[in-house]
Amino acid sequence: MIRTTLAAAFAAALLSAPAQADGPTFATGGLGLVIERAAGSVLVVDRIGRETLSRIDGLGDLSHASVNFSPDERFAYVFGRDGGLTRIDLLAGRVDRRILQAGNSIGGAISDDGALVAVSNYEPGGIKVFDAATLTLVADIPSPGKTVGLVDLPGRRFAWAVWDAGEAFLADLSGPAPVVTKMGDTGANPYDAVLSGDGRHFVVGLFGEKGLTAFDMWDPAPAPVRFMADYGKEGEDLPVYKMPHLQGWAFTEGQFALPAVGRHEILWVDRSTLAQTARTPLHGQPIFILSQPGSPFVWVNFATPRNDTLQVVDSRTHQVVATLNPGAAVLHMEFSPRGHEVWVSSRDDNKVIVFDTRTRAVKAEIAANSPSGIFFTARAHRIGL
Amino acid sequence: MPSPLALLILLAAPALAAPVLAPPALADVAPDRAARLEHLVVQDCGSCHGLTMKGGLGSPLTPEALAHATPEGLAGIILDGIPGTAMPPWRPLISQAEAIWIARYLLKDQDR
Repeated sequence: MIRTTLAAAFAAALLSAPAQADGPTFATGGLGLVIERAAGSVLVVDRIGRETLSRIDGLGDLSHASVNFSPDERFAYVFGRDGGLTRIDLLAGRVDRRILQAGNSIGGAISDDGALVAVSNYEPGGIKVFDAATLTLVADIPSPGKTVGLVDLPGRRFAWAVWDAGEAFLADLSGPAPVVTKMGDTGANPYDAVLSGDGRHFVVGLFGEKGLTAFDMWDPAPAPVRFMADYGKEGEDLPVYKMPHLQGWAFTEGQFALPAVGRHEILWVDRSTLAQTARTPLHGQPIFILSQPGSPFVWVNFATPRNDTLQVVDSRTHQVVATLNPGAAVLHMEFSPRGHEVWVSSRDDNKVIVFDTRTRAVKAEIAANSPSGIFFTARAHRIGL
Repeated sequence: MPSPLALLILLAAPALAAPVLAPPALADVAPDRAARLEHLVVQDCGSCHGLTMKGGLGSPLTPEALAHATPEGLAGIILDGIPGTAMPPWRPLISQAEAIWIARYLLKDQDR
């Protein structure tokens, strides 16, 4: 009841945005954004009240859109497919600034101090770095191809890979001019990359050949280490109808849980030896494999046409312990920071479903127009996003 | 490096050489199925090619990019994919008539 009243106060505060400065104060730690990919809009949601506060329009082509947050959780940076970079003021519930910085983009990252926002571009290929407050260009780092897997690293640094060239780079923006270093060759067609939560392992997934490549970012000169180079060689690959994502991957029980490309499996890899320890047969081609905070479980969604299903896997036994059918075209999942709930977007049922992770029962549903990515402000405090 | 378009046309050639059924008219696909195909093109093809078909990891499928493509060539690519690239074969999911429908849908957009 109190919560409802508070939520109503939030909503009232946001709806009366112009009077915001004089209105009731509120916090942003329970807020989030839901991408409405086809409409080019985002919903500002209150994950604690499980409700929508407002809709913000005019953000362009939001297929494959992603979001980063400022360290104080006030501003959200939305990276659109069409090269749009939009800074949203969550307190005011409106667009604060917006630029079109390239022709075709795939995602972004924010520096550890919140001062710089980097964008990964397909066309023209490269990384552009902007002042996070003004969105003025700070550095333009061209690339001979499409950049993927952009992550932040401590010390105003960013790392990424290049799809066409099969190379990985590190940029240090702590000085007056960016220092860009090629870390090494990754293997053919890196499709995404991820940084482990401790900032140590930058792991690049490959589409053009089997295996993955890891870089030890605690090393002063990170070098590529190939692993899992022969997974799945005993069988014929299946068509990949959607590229897996590595961001937000699972690292649990001393293992990496990785999506097999072209196979309906999770690959479990021992983190210290980078050797495969197990495989879990799944319902379809995994897209996201996400660790439920504070638990041994990972949640998995799947590529079209088998994307109406979620599976939950126990990282201790590598067994599927639950299969859920939340709705049509499940594109993304976002856990509450301490894992008691998971929000799931069902694009073709036009809703976001909130699950209780303990009972795995549906707690709430929120209407949304072709929802894809869900991003809670707690991401502001996580490394490598 | 060949342009994506050149690659598209080059790789369409084997599909063109294969026996192709007489291309059915758009009307050969029932209206409800057509609506689902349109949804598939925008949403699922859009995952790689962009919701507005301006490209992403996949090649652009805009009017300019498809200016020299034929429905049969495009349908061949849709059904069999392009080996060595991220374009998968959609034959397990759609019929030849539906692939032709999608190809014509993409090409028809050029008349806009």
